[in-house]
Amino acid sequence: MYAFDIERPSTIADAVKALKDEDAQALGGGQTLIPTLKQRLAMPSALISLTGIGEMKGVCLADDGAVCIGGATTHATVAKEAAAHYPGLAGLAANIGDPAVRNRGTVGGSLANNDPSACYPAAALGSGATIITNTREIAADDYFQGMFETALEEGEVITEVRFPVPEKSHYQKFVQPASRFALVGVFVAKYADGVRVAVTGASENGVFRWSEAEAALSADFSAAALEGLTVSAGEMIADLHGSPEYRAHLVKVMTGRAVTAVA
Amino acid sequence: MASVTMTVNGKSVSGDVEGRTLMSDFLRNDLRLTGTHIGCDTSQCGACVIHVNGEAVKACTMFAVEADGADVATIEGQANADGSLNVIQQAFQDHHGLQCGFCTPGMVMSAAALLKENPTPTEREVREYLEGNICRCTGYHNIVKAIMAASGQDVSAIAAE
Ligand SMILES: Cc1cc2nc3c(=O)[nH]c(=O)nc-3n(C[C@H](O)[C@H](O)[C@H](O)COP(=O)(O)OP(=O)(O)OC[C@H]3O[C@@H](n4cnc5c(N)ncnc54)[C@H](O)[C@@H]3O)c2cc1C
Ligand code: FES
Ligand code: FES
Repeated sequence: MYAFDIERPSTIADAVKALKDEDAQALGGGQTLIPTLKQRLAMPSALISLTGIGEMKGVCLADDGAVCIGGATTHATVAKEAAAHYPGLAGLAANIGDPAVRNRGTVGGSLANNDPSACYPAAALGSGATIITNTREIAADDYFQGMFETALEEGEVITEVRFPVPEKSHYQKFVQPASRFALVGVFVAKYADGVRVAVTGASENGVFRWSEAEAALSADFSAAALEGLTVSAGEMIADLHGSPEYRAHLVKVMTGRAVTAVA
Repeated sequence: MASVTMTVNGKSVSGDVEGRTLMSDFLRNDLRLTGTHIGCDTSQCGACVIHVNGEAVKACTMFAVEADGADVATIEGQANADGSLNVIQQAFQDHHGLQCGFCTPGMVMSAAALLKENPTPTEREVREYLEGNICRCTGYHNIVKAIMAASGQDVSAIAAE
């Protein structure tokens, strides 16, 4: 690693101020950033740790029933504290990586990174969540902009994520056993006004909504409703773990399993 | 350089560290607590698992500065006060839960975190909890058995030693 300083502010305002320096970078749980620094793929002058900011941690319920999660909340805390309010989301958090990763990794770090195989992007897009930063609110549909690309500006901090709670939801993850990320993961959420289906791990463009499945499931919430549908292998990821065709096939299988789990 | 102060295995310790000093390096190089092993240094293997404020974390994927003020536990603090092995360590010995022993500090620390959260886990829960701990020698079977035994459960029905 190149040398850098670490600052541990206790308020969002102080963190935002420290991040004004263009060579400063936010540090969440470090579960992605520290390996990146070890490979010398980043050279910040300072890391601004967000994990000591009390106002960015914890799970609560908004007046409209949405689950609000502070940007520096760990996966382990979401798994525990969101379980009663939003079991589909808590279940997703409970299966990220391994226990030690879940004790450090944060929702804000995961969404800021937008790894094409990460789990949280599927929950955020599948729930139509709102990503709240120090300057604005961004709808999930506008937030994800391709592999590792998001709507975040330089120095912008995810302070909170607001998830509308569906009637039913489930995340099915086909684990890539070496990395423990999703080879393909599908988040299905049934709301009063329709079903949302978000797919991670599969596409070269990162997380996406499978709109044909959304339409079919909104009319008939059963795995059988997916029978006639096909997923194009066109923009699917090809690597040694799976071909584009294999991933396209898995999208449908995992969607069906997610629906069956809660239908 | 930044100065850090923390409690490690019940004792207050201080040191001067760089921002980039990993917790694993602080423990091993500055405090000479070399029981925390570095198997991969890429957050994959779990040989470096310690507890920070009671939670299992990978010491190779955390900065020493981030543990400033924290209560830290490492494998060196696990034995009973009289120096005898604690119940988890003893179970690893009794059930042949290690061969070369390289992964063992991390396994014991993960097991301790699991049993604190879930005092009588099922075999499946033990295996799931060890997702981030890799062992090149044992094939895991006797590790799982040792942890089940340490939780006070009868392991005679679990297949061969
Ligand atoms: C062994 C292992 C297995 C894993 N398995 C999975 C898995 O199955 N599924 C999965 O989804 N993920 C997995 N992960 C990734 C893990 O969830 C990370 O915690 C997550 O991707 C990054 O979160 P973090 O808090 O650690 O962020 P960091 O590593 O600290 O930061 C990542 C990036 O986000 C930025 N950032 C951090 N917080 C914020 C914020 N609040 N606002 C703006 N920018 C911010 C940082 O500057 C950096 O660019 C795994 C990681 C490991 C090491
Ligand atoms: S050395 Fe830390 S996980 Fe392998
Ligand atoms: S006993 Fe050798 S790596 Fe586990």
